[in-house]
Amino acid sequence: MSTFFARFGNELYTGKRSYDFVGPHKRLWFAIAGALVLVSILIPVFTGGFNLGIEFRGGSEFRVSQVPDTDPGLGEQAVDAVAPGNAPRVANIAPGTMRIQTDQLTDDETLEVKANLATSYGVGEENVTSSFVGPTWGADVTQQAMIGFVVFVLLAAVLMALYFRTWKMSLSALTGMFVTMVITGGVYAASGFEVTPSAIIGFLTILSYSLYDTVVVFDKIRENTADISTSTRRTYAEEVNLAVNQTLVRSINTMMVAVLPVAAILFIGAGLLGAGTLRDLSLALFVGILIGTAATIFIAAPMYAWLREREPELVKQAERVRSRRTTAAASV
Amino acid sequence: MARSRTRPGLKTLLWLGVILIALTGVLAGGNLAGQASWAPKLALDLEGGTQMILAPKVSGGSQISQEQLDQAVEIIRQRVDGSGVAEAEISTQSGRNVVVSLPGTPSAETRQLIQASADMNFRPVLVAGNPGAVPEDQRAPEEQLPQPTAAPADASDQNWITAEVYRQFEALDCSGALPETTQRSDPAKPLVTCEAGSDIGGPIKYILGPVEVVGTDIAGSTFQLQQGRQGAVTNEWAVNIQFNDAGTEKFKAVTQRLNGFYVADPNDVRAQFAIVLDDKVISAPRSLAVITDGRPQITGSFTEATAKTLSDQLRYGALPISFDIQSEEQISATLGGEQLRMGLLAGGIGLLLVIVYSLFQYRALGFVTIASLVVAGALTYLAIAILGWTENYRLSLAGVAGLIVAIGQTADSFIVYFERIRDELREGRGLVSAVENGWKRAKRTVLASKAVNLLAAVVLYFVAVGNVRGFAFTLGLTAIADLMVVFIFTHPTLQLLARTRFFGEGHRFSGLDPERLGAVPLYRGAGRLRDASEAAKGTLKPKNAAAAREAGRRMTIAERRAAEAQRQSEMSSASGRGGRTSERNEEQN
Repeated sequence: MSTFFARFGNELYTGKRSYDFVGPHKRLWFAIAGALVLVSILIPVFTGGFNLGIEFRGGSEFRVSQVPDTDPGLGEQAVDAVAPGNAPRVANIAPGTMRIQTDQLTDDETLEVKANLATSYGVGEENVTSSFVGPTWGADVTQQAMIGFVVFVLLAAVLMALYFRTWKMSLSALTGMFVTMVITGGVYAASGFEVTPSAIIGFLTILSYSLYDTVVVFDKIRENTADISTSTRRTYAEEVNLAVNQTLVRSINTMMVAVLPVAAILFIGAGLLGAGTLRDLSLALFVGILIGTAATIFIAAPMYAWLREREPELVKQAERVRSRRTTAAASV
Repeated sequence: MARSRTRPGLKTLLWLGVILIALTGVLAGGNLAGQASWAPKLALDLEGGTQMILAPKVSGGSQISQEQLDQAVEIIRQRVDGSGVAEAEISTQSGRNVVVSLPGTPSAETRQLIQASADMNFRPVLVAGNPGAVPEDQRAPEEQLPQPTAAPADASDQNWITAEVYRQFEALDCSGALPETTQRSDPAKPLVTCEAGSDIGGPIKYILGPVEVVGTDIAGSTFQLQQGRQGAVTNEWAVNIQFNDAGTEKFKAVTQRLNGFYVADPNDVRAQFAIVLDDKVISAPRSLAVITDGRPQITGSFTEATAKTLSDQLRYGALPISFDIQSEEQISATLGGEQLRMGLLAGGIGLLLVIVYSLFQYRALGFVTIASLVVAGALTYLAIAILGWTENYRLSLAGVAGLIVAIGQTADSFIVYFERIRDELREGRGLVSAVENGWKRAKRTVLASKAVNLLAAVVLYFVAVGNVRGFAFTLGLTAIADLMVVFIFTHPTLQLLARTRFFGEGHRFSGLDPERLGAVPLYRGAGRLRDASEAAKGTLKPKNAAAAREAGRRMTIAERRAAEAQRQSEMSSASGRGGRTSERNEEQN
């Protein structure tokens, strides 16, 4: 397998094996991405939006761990005894862990519910955690996330324009990032994963990962196309495609090492701890890393080639390449 | 290949050793001084406790300023300390919220105390005395207790002191920490309370008359160096108060009466008015003059700092802030420990997966990844432990998640580098020059991509609300550690390894076997040379002047210099490479 990877890498490097990311197929990739983005935007519109966590609704939440019996009825009774008509949502979120969400409770009610839950589930009170979220907290989180998003995109655009010295790379990389983000959002809307402040921070981290991944590939593109104006070996688009292929092994390795630790957190967070910071962060990252890697290869790089190959200078260069090839073919 | 006498990389590795030893030394020093600990400090979700996020609320609904927020933190800190809760931490977040972290579960009283709005007012002093409680046997006998003879005529009237008030005064002990109460006193009644000790004097115990001027009557407060009679600035700090119209009238009446006492006897305590915040006296100046314009100035033994504090407190009194609980989380110590164990388990699994994957992909080179991760881990651990000591940084569950996510991002720097080396080997370079050339290209990529990571971490840190801030922090911290490790550990290590037989000769398991990488030597023996254009492709050396200009145009000055150095080093290593390649071919034949 490792040998296969090495050979795979060699063939990609020399161009013996090549996948078409940038050539005629790019219309297909763009169409697929466009369709996914559209669906991702439409899903929340039709299904009534995202499954927002308690942080956005406001209310009280209790968690009871190490319970021998995960009967939701016990939790409902425990809340009803203190605050009747509250309609608590009780869920078994992990082995032996119950989550009980209610409307906002007063301090005294919270303490009573906590004690009740401990007795009904037959655990010590140290196994019951409580948290309370005010109704305006979610709006606060959303506003901050929006500020963060805008600031990051602006700064990243400037940073990349400075580093690559061309706005076209900057634009392509940011487009790839937007596609990643929208589709990740779509996955959340379609699957009904809970959107919490942790998940939102996960989203924002994806932005960084997506750009990070693109920077490495673009760096190779820049290197390959440095002397394009005097070369008749490959057209610009072909050079870009070669660069993507040459960095393909790296892209796969990068994705793997990024996703493995995240998968470990997801496994622990979702499987053993139940919903919480760990699960929400890692789920967003897990989805986003997979989509982000694909977006670099299928969106950002082809889009950049598309933006550049229409420049008059590069159109002429492509003609030179074609004419050299025809003469070479004729002379053989 | 000629072995250079001074091994490149060794010196850099020594520097890494120095940095690690220095950081360990700092931490050890902190430990010996009894302030630091070897283990990082843990946040409440890992240690157990209560965290409250409070939104300050100004009466009138106006926006809160940073200054007011700082004052709010100060007020909450004093209250929490006063309530006897140890190790409470209070900080501001995002310039709008106050985060209070308390160990254990706070009592209902502590919670109310934290939420309550500040209460400031001015009361005249009736009696001042030594701070300690009067011993039982020395207390005034029943018959000597003051008996009001008539209804009090004004706020300074001694008839306010009933037997009950006097007993209270005798029993109160102001010498220790000031007791904190949630129940605010009745403004229409006398108050028995303390003034805390300070640099300029010990604590004092008071009986105060009813409230005469309320805090909201203060329009503003400043502090400055006092001006002498001729307008010259003296060395004395002074605090100015500016009352509003209602306050001006009330304060004029107060000072007229109090100044009367002062004129009759400069040592009469009744000439003092107490500034009371949350039922505690923060200052009790004498009324040396009748203030008719509502602009009193308080002087005497202030330093710049104490003048500022008093002035801040007065301004705060003018605009009482109360707090809404935005979110509150209570986690028991048992569950905190459980979360920590789970977080560490996740980290262990993640690390193991990455190690297995890199060994599988890069064989012996994978050990370089592992060693680099270990060094990055050591740097991060030391940084977190030191920050825990100096900045009181606490590692939260989200922070642990950030560390785990960072494993992948750190390992990726090595992947970028290794793949570049492999590319160079495929071009037919010998390992030593492949390491050098690969590094030159990988360096830029790693720097650019880490800049993106760092940028994201900084932005996230400043916008993150609540616990997730820890995630952004560790993400940023590890990005820095990663950069350091790539530069001062991974690269020098590879420089050294490239000169060993195992790697240098491309052992099957080294992960750098040119054959397996399909390397195409520049010289293939028997007079066959590689296609010239193929040889030129991918190398940094531009083929002709036009291309060099084109490439140069896109380069920064630093890059141009690097390219220059590159060309020179390539020329010098060219002979070595040629010799090596032919040697290899002989072996193959």
